[in-house]
Amino acid sequence: MSSQYINEPLLDMFIFESSQLIQQLEQDIIISERESYLSELAIDEIFRIMHTIKGSAAMMCFNNISTLTHSIEDLFYFLREENPQDIDYSTLCDLVLEVVDFIKVEIEKIKNGDDADGDASTLINANKDFLSRLKQFSPPSDTTETKSHISPDTQQIYISQNNGFAPHSANLFKTVIRFDEGCEMENVRAFNIIHNLKNITNEIRHIPENIVDSDAARTIQNDGFIIYLKTDCSYEEIHQHITRTAFIKDLELDQLSNNEQFGQFEGGVKIQESKGQGYKEQSNKGQTEKELQFTSAGQSIISVSVAKLDKLMDLTGEMVIAEAMVSQNSDLKGLELDNFHKAARQLHKITSEMQDVVMSIRMVSLSATFQKMHRIVRDMSKKLEKEVELKIIGEETEVDKNIIEHISDPLMHLVRNSIDHGLESLEDRRATGKMLAGTVTLEAKNAGSDVLIIVRDDGKGLNKEKILARARDNGILHKDESDMTDREVYNILFLPGFSTKESITEFSGRGVGMDVVTKNIEAVGGSVSVDSLERVGTTVIMKIPITLAIIDGMNISVGNSRYTIPTTSIRESFRPQEADIIRDPDNNEMIMVRGQCYPLLRLHEIYDVKTDITKFSDGILVMVEQDDKIVCIFADELLGQQQVVVKSLPSYIRNERKIGGLSGCTLLGDGSISLILDISGLADFTGKDIKN
Amino acid sequence: MAEITPRELLEQEEDTQKDRFLTFLIGNEFYGIEIRFVTEIIGIQAVTEVPDLPEYIRGIINLRGKIIPVMDVRLRFKKPFREYNDRTCIIVVDIKEVSIGLIVDSVSEVLTIPEQDIVEPPQMNKGFNNRYIKRIGKVGNDVKLILDCEKLLTDSEIDSVSNAI
Repeated sequence: MSSQYINEPLLDMFIFESSQLIQQLEQDIIISERESYLSELAIDEIFRIMHTIKGSAAMMCFNNISTLTHSIEDLFYFLREENPQDIDYSTLCDLVLEVVDFIKVEIEKIKNGDDADGDASTLINANKDFLSRLKQFSPPSDTTETKSHISPDTQQIYISQNNGFAPHSANLFKTVIRFDEGCEMENVRAFNIIHNLKNITNEIRHIPENIVDSDAARTIQNDGFIIYLKTDCSYEEIHQHITRTAFIKDLELDQLSNNEQFGQFEGGVKIQESKGQGYKEQSNKGQTEKELQFTSAGQSIISVSVAKLDKLMDLTGEMVIAEAMVSQNSDLKGLELDNFHKAARQLHKITSEMQDVVMSIRMVSLSATFQKMHRIVRDMSKKLEKEVELKIIGEETEVDKNIIEHISDPLMHLVRNSIDHGLESLEDRRATGKMLAGTVTLEAKNAGSDVLIIVRDDGKGLNKEKILARARDNGILHKDESDMTDREVYNILFLPGFSTKESITEFSGRGVGMDVVTKNIEAVGGSVSVDSLERVGTTVIMKIPITLAIIDGMNISVGNSRYTIPTTSIRESFRPQEADIIRDPDNNEMIMVRGQCYPLLRLHEIYDVKTDITKFSDGILVMVEQDDKIVCIFADELLGQQQVVVKSLPSYIRNERKIGGLSGCTLLGDGSISLILDISGLADFTGKDIKN
Repeated sequence: MAEITPRELLEQEEDTQKDRFLTFLIGNEFYGIEIRFVTEIIGIQAVTEVPDLPEYIRGIINLRGKIIPVMDVRLRFKKPFREYNDRTCIIVVDIKEVSIGLIVDSVSEVLTIPEQDIVEPPQMNKGFNNRYIKRIGKVGNDVKLILDCEKLLTDSEIDSVSNAI
């Protein structure tokens, strides 16, 4: 049980479990705080969480976490047992949240392979202070002390096994120990007992034999922990010794009359064990009811590593391509194959269904991400002395796991901005006759192949003049002010270079790092827009695709190269008349379509591809739109529409250089590679000489 | 326990791969590459060009669903380009978890070159090639230049810096 047993999977499990528990704890606390009442249920829950973390942290030798959680556990133990009245809830919540933050930081450190070396002593002292203050109000009874001293016991693990007892031991005992239900990690506790007993016994045997094994925990849970021991100590001494351990539900301690049973046990561990198993089955029957409850409580969910899902996703993508390779094989051209086509259709049906299922596995609901915002709202409203209510709508909306990771930060940013800059101070709200408590609404909903995530506040709204003034100062206005629509003005906020640090205080609107939000969202192929009404509020809408992995694409060819354009961004395609083409003095080409002028992009020039088709009348123009930017792409010909599996370019190439206008690549039905165009990246090429 | 730990397995595997080199031809020179880097050898196939990359990276290929970049070693060594033919091969190597295909004129054989027959390359101040040659192996009267694969892949930054100076 020394450190050599602490291997990677165990650590992973610890990190995973602890972070989940911490998140749960955070939510519990925030809910309790809102009601400024800690229900018994919540206290139990917090106690349980703290206890579990303490146990596993101690097991993994993260002493600072375990001692810290221990102090909180003491605190909640007191709350649970004494049920003191008039608790200062907000201080209590602050305390617990600070602990939560501390553990989060430590877990992050552990994750990064650093030592969890944070100093928890101030927090522990704060907890102790709070506890002692509570105790002053309601004098403690003895019960608080007896059970809560677990960690000193845990510390005794490394006591030497050698002792000076005489070999002729007088007393033989058989003990059956059962632990409290839900005390977790029975095997570790059992190990603890054995270790403690080793000092006072001469010979000791136990069932299950191997308590390091994780299965042992369940066996102990079901059968109890059976120890045979030979000792010089008296019945009372042993009894006392064992009961010192925490969470023992009941203890059977029998003195055996002779060596026989002990010897029998020695000789027949195997038999005993199989007996034990029979016993287990018996007890299983008794516990079926309980286990049934367990399964119905959502144990049908398993956690799978994302890497495996990615692999599955990749393979499914391969299969989709392979299917196309078979059913559209050029060898089949011109053959009448009714049965083959029937079979191929069936295959197609199954593959596309499978693809849907695989995609759905990767879908995660937004609720965890949304729930996290409660904490931010709470902290901010305390700090800024604003009353804020967070409304959450549509948190059950699902998006791809990869995308969730990307939107968490921008969302946090937007919520912060809403509270900090959007909502007015209490006095202002009173003056304008609004509800004192400001509302921030988080909403998610599906819209076609996109998900809209909306952050709305009922604050003072954006001030157009100030935004314009600011933009003028920073020199990022590219258009005449009078020409700009409200929307365009608001979207200035997202331009890089608009936000500066000073603007936080002097500026009535927003703009703190909004360009970071845009960057993050654009990284997953989404877009951000903002709308506002003065004195009524501001709405920020993030539009993100449900999934990144498979898109509908239009394949085009230029020379020998193939490119894929996401179908969603295509407006139309047409063959232009030479007469519609306009060239400006810098030789930039444009085209007039229905009275509107659009820039032209020759793919073969940008990417330096050899092709015979350079005259516009020979090729085709594809008009694409992304984020209100429209360009016409000139290609040789359209090859057809197809669902494609997006693959990223090899890491070697990505490290080498960032290639403008390409978002990845994909495999076509014939096994050749097509490059996926990134429309917003392409639009940046216009008006610039890309050769420089 | 009679089980073989992964470490031992690795050692065994490394043992069989020790001192073994895949040799290939570029122009008239034989080059060697440590066999542990090599994943497979495939014939030349259609390469999809990727714009905006150094000339020696010819583009990407589809290796059974895995998309990997291919580098023309000839061009990497600043030798003139030669049309690909049916002798041209792509050696797929896996270096530090990066897969890349190396286009070579032709693949020769797998050789065992014992440690004592491998010498440090002579110190020459001129000649950029030297940079990619880790050591030199002697086989009979022939000389095989042993490539430093890691440098082959990562040297471009240094390249551009020294060019800038």
